[in-house]
Amino acid sequence: MENQAIIEAEGLTKKYGHQIVVNHLNLQIREGEVFGFLGPNGAGKTTTLLMFLGLTEPTSGKVSVIGFDPTRDPFHVKEKVGYLPENVGFYDDMDARQNLQYIARLNRIPDKISGGRIDESLKVVDLIEEVGKKVGTYSKGMRQRLGIAEVLIKEPKLIFLDEPTIGLDPDGTNRMLDLIHSLSREKNITIFLSSHLLDQVQRICDRVGIMIKGNLVAMGPIEELAKKKLGVDKEDYTLEEIYMKYFKEA
Amino acid sequence: MHGIFTIFRKEMEDHFSSIRFLLISALIVMVGVIIASMVGMGIQEESKGMAKPTFLFLWLFTSTGKLFSFVQFIGFFGPLIGIFLGFDSINRERVSRTLSKLLSQPIYRDSVINAKFLAGVAIIAIVLVAIVLIISGLGIRLIGVVPGSEEVFRLVIYLIASILYIAFWLGISILFSVIFRSTATSALASLAVWIFFSFFLGLGAGFMADAVAPIGQSGTGVDPSAVIKHEQVQRTISLFSPMTLYNDATTTILDPLRKTTRSLILMGPMERLSLSRFQSPLPLLQSLFIVIPHLVSLVAISFLCFGICYLVFMRQEIRTV
Repeated sequence: MENQAIIEAEGLTKKYGHQIVVNHLNLQIREGEVFGFLGPNGAGKTTTLLMFLGLTEPTSGKVSVIGFDPTRDPFHVKEKVGYLPENVGFYDDMDARQNLQYIARLNRIPDKISGGRIDESLKVVDLIEEVGKKVGTYSKGMRQRLGIAEVLIKEPKLIFLDEPTIGLDPDGTNRMLDLIHSLSREKNITIFLSSHLLDQVQRICDRVGIMIKGNLVAMGPIEELAKKKLGVDKEDYTLEEIYMKYFKEA
Repeated sequence: MHGIFTIFRKEMEDHFSSIRFLLISALIVMVGVIIASMVGMGIQEESKGMAKPTFLFLWLFTSTGKLFSFVQFIGFFGPLIGIFLGFDSINRERVSRTLSKLLSQPIYRDSVINAKFLAGVAIIAIVLVAIVLIISGLGIRLIGVVPGSEEVFRLVIYLIASILYIAFWLGISILFSVIFRSTATSALASLAVWIFFSFFLGLGAGFMADAVAPIGQSGTGVDPSAVIKHEQVQRTISLFSPMTLYNDATTTILDPLRKTTRSLILMGPMERLSLSRFQSPLPLLQSLFIVIPHLVSLVAISFLCFGICYLVFMRQEIRTV
């Protein structure tokens, strides 16, 4: 089942008025992979994520996420898909456990089961020591990790991460990237990560897609894109070089 | 349904643990105790050595005492309770960036707004029932009169009308919290609407009536038909104010002796005398007939307001930025 598509988009388009934000996006994400969705700010990455989750309606085109149409059946998609928005928010006057408990209840997980799951996911993100503190006192890195813990509560098949490392210090960034990597390897969760921080994406992603001004200009494994754009001989390429080439062309 | 229940539960917990709720309950308890003791002692003094008039118990709520009656208090400050409970319900979640997270959970989108509205209404109901019970309890001690079944019925209808009335203001404030991103703006907008409906519409109704149906001052006297027309126009316009609607309904329901014909210009002295001589209370059913249109209008505006709020919220784009 390695190559089954978990996300499939065909001609996905979103317009706000006359402005085309996402233009005929065709995309297939396979189960178990870590996919990096790259692009400058305002390229339409978040809008695409919101369409995958059924939080925004596409203007035209088809999309299927874990076998459901998010526009018609957002309920089933949201049951099995985790979403960590950029700069995720929490109820600051509640502690970590209360925050997660609320999300667990919204996911119809009985309190008996959720207690264990909360502990487990807090251990995964290394926050079990801080569980009693109000989330308002957490640092940015801790909040971001708590966001991951929150997403794990529903035992998702697929996680959307919107700029998960933005605003984190180098140490926080490393921990976050290791965490994402281990989720993919150990729990076999498909990860769809949007970012504009290229070196980080290069470290953990199996495949990348480059989106510029609403158009997906390239998609594939990094080596493949490097061969295509930089020539076969070049060995020590960086994603940034490839990206800049595409960016200049677009 | 599950989503509604979970959010409702959390909203209730939030309300109960908030300073806001503490302030509202402190205010309510204070006012309840003050009104009950002032009015109660007043009635005690007045009715010493006399036969107890009918519906003495309801006087606790309608009698003005030295300051204001309880009914007037709720008519005036009730909207503030509603606004207080709702003005930041949606945009607070937006500002703290929890809304998009909430909506990416497997719940229906309308659960969020339904649960928030219902939680607000539940809090309003709790607060109102509590204060009515406080006043009743203290009142019974002070005046020594136990309410009869009709009085209890009238109080229940009064409570329902009050909950609807405050729910309308809750709806208004939630609507603004959906429209405006900033909590300060939504609070100010709600207050502006409150001031407009509560004060300016009443004043405006007088001016409008003067303009549309002026009462001529020249000649021997006033023309009765002009007075009636003036009064009709003024009443029609002022009924657009939920406050007038509510005040009319509640004073009628709580004061069976209240006369609906109030324009005394049209009454001769003998008429007035006979009115004060032969006071007979309106039966409960008749009072109800008078206030049914008011109650229905209150239900209608509350639902209308919440309906608009619901539509706006359901159509809004959920962007994190």
